[in-house]
This record gives sequence, C-alpha cells and structure tokens, in this order.
Amino acid sequence: MELFWEIVISALMVIGGVFGLVGSYGLVKLPDPMTRLHAPTKATTVGVGSVLIASMLYFAVFRDDLSLHELMITLFLFLTAPITAHFIAKANMHRDWKAEDLPRPQGDGQWAIYEIDSDTSAEELDEAEEAES
Amino acid sequence: MLKRIFPHPYLTTLLTAVWLMLANAYTPTSLAFGLLLGIVIPMLTAPYWVDRPSIRNPAMIVEYIAVVLYDIVVANITVARIVLFMRNENMRPAWITVPLELSSPEAITVLAGTITMTPGTLSAELAADGHSLLVHCLHAPEPDSVRDEIKHRYERRLKEIFE
Repeated sequence: MELFWEIVISALMVIGGVFGLVGSYGLVKLPDPMTRLHAPTKATTVGVGSVLIASMLYFAVFRDDLSLHELMITLFLFLTAPITAHFIAKANMHRDWKAEDLPRPQGDGQWAIYEIDSDTSAEELDEAEEAES
Repeated sequence: MLKRIFPHPYLTTLLTAVWLMLANAYTPTSLAFGLLLGIVIPMLTAPYWVDRPSIRNPAMIVEYIAVVLYDIVVANITVARIVLFMRNENMRPAWITVPLELSSPEAITVLAGTITMTPGTLSAELAADGHSLLVHCLHAPEPDSVRDEIKHRYERRLKEIFE
C-alpha cells in the first residue's frame, strides 16, 4: 500500500514539474507580451496545484498528520494571480494597443483605460481640497 | 440580536476556517480562537460593508467550483499542447468582447478572475460603464464560441449565485 501512495505522490510531483516547465517554456516561445501572459497562469493552476495535492497526500499518508495549509496557498494564489495578470495586461494595453485595434464594448462607451474621464478620483480630490480652503 | 453578533455569517465561517488552516492545528482551542476572530472582525468592520453582496444560492457555489476546477485541468492540457506543438505562425490570438449581464462588482470580479485562471483566456479590461469585459484568447479560431462558453458556463451560474 505504501508503494502505491509513493507512486501517486511522485506522479503528481512530476506532473506539477512538467506543467511548470511548459509554462516557463511558453514564456520564452510565445511571440508577444499578451500571449506570454497566458503561460504563468498555467504554471500556477495545474503546476502548483498538483504539487500541493502531493504535499497534502504525503502528510496524510506518511506523517499521519492532517495538513490543510496547502488549501490556503491555493486560495491566496487564486486571489492574487488574476489581479497581477490584469495589471500587466492593462499596462501593456496602455503602451502598445490603440482603441481602434480592439473590439468595442457593447453600447456607446469605451474600455475604461481609453476613457480619460473614467477615473474620477482626481476630480474628487480637487473638490475636497477646495472645500477645505 | 443574532444579526448584531453575526452581521456577516459567511465571513465568520470563512475567517474561522482560514484561522484553523493558518494554525494548521485542529483542536478545540484553535477553533475557539478562530471563532473569536470570526465574530470580532465582522463586528468591527460591519460599518464599512455598506453594500455587501448577498448570496442567493450557496449550493451553486459548490457546483461552480467543481466546474471551474474541471475546466482548469482540461484547458491546461489544451494550452500545454498549443505551447509545445503549435508553431507561432499558426496560432490565432484574438481579442473578444464579452457583454455582461452581471451587475454586482463582486460577481464581475469573480468572473474576471475565473476567466484569467482558466488557461487560454485572460480578462484584460472592463468597459468604462461596467457592461462588457475585454478578454484575450491565446488561440481562438472561432472567437464567438469562446464568448458563448464563458457566458453559458460561468456567467449563468454566477448570476444564480449573486443575483
């Protein structure tokens, strides 16, 4: 039985390693920043995920110890990874993409990044300053 | 009275679970301390949660997580094959517009996060009026089918959870 679990855990770690490698290779191989962004999102999902499952199994089977730390790592990854990707995508759009090259949103508006007045925080700050003085 | 002690029951449950996992010890002591945090933190922060999201259908969350996890695994394999075996010239990256029916900010955030975490699609931008999402696809010969899949698989379920 121990051999069986050893094989399962090793297989999961190899799978995690392979996906991590493919993600890094994609970062080198893909042609432009927007497609490159797709590579790291892979490494964090199945790559890290299967290593975490392997770790949980290892502690449950061989150390007789329930370890759910790994679920927290998954949770934090799922919270942070999309936001980082979103910021990188926005910065890239700001530098290299014109509004005409992209599909339009439904309705009359424009994507938030191209609509100069969409950020009202500066205006609100001015108003607050005026109210103070 | 119950509402004053538990202004946000889901947050209480989540905080207790997070504390137990951070401590990585499942004893009555850490459960008690976790519950204490889970009760005190929502009480102290309740004034700042003016428009807190309401969850209509908690059972749907389980189904949603299962669907997303399954899609992540399948899509990972597809994208790994694209990266390894497809020549860059044959790849068809595409931008697509996903018109949104969801209106609550929490639901849109979850949808955008889900789109990014499922490999092959990446949510890049929200329309200024908040009614569309700009998605970048790694390889999409038929952009319309990707859009329909996002709307059918994720948005429909999120709509049931949040609205």
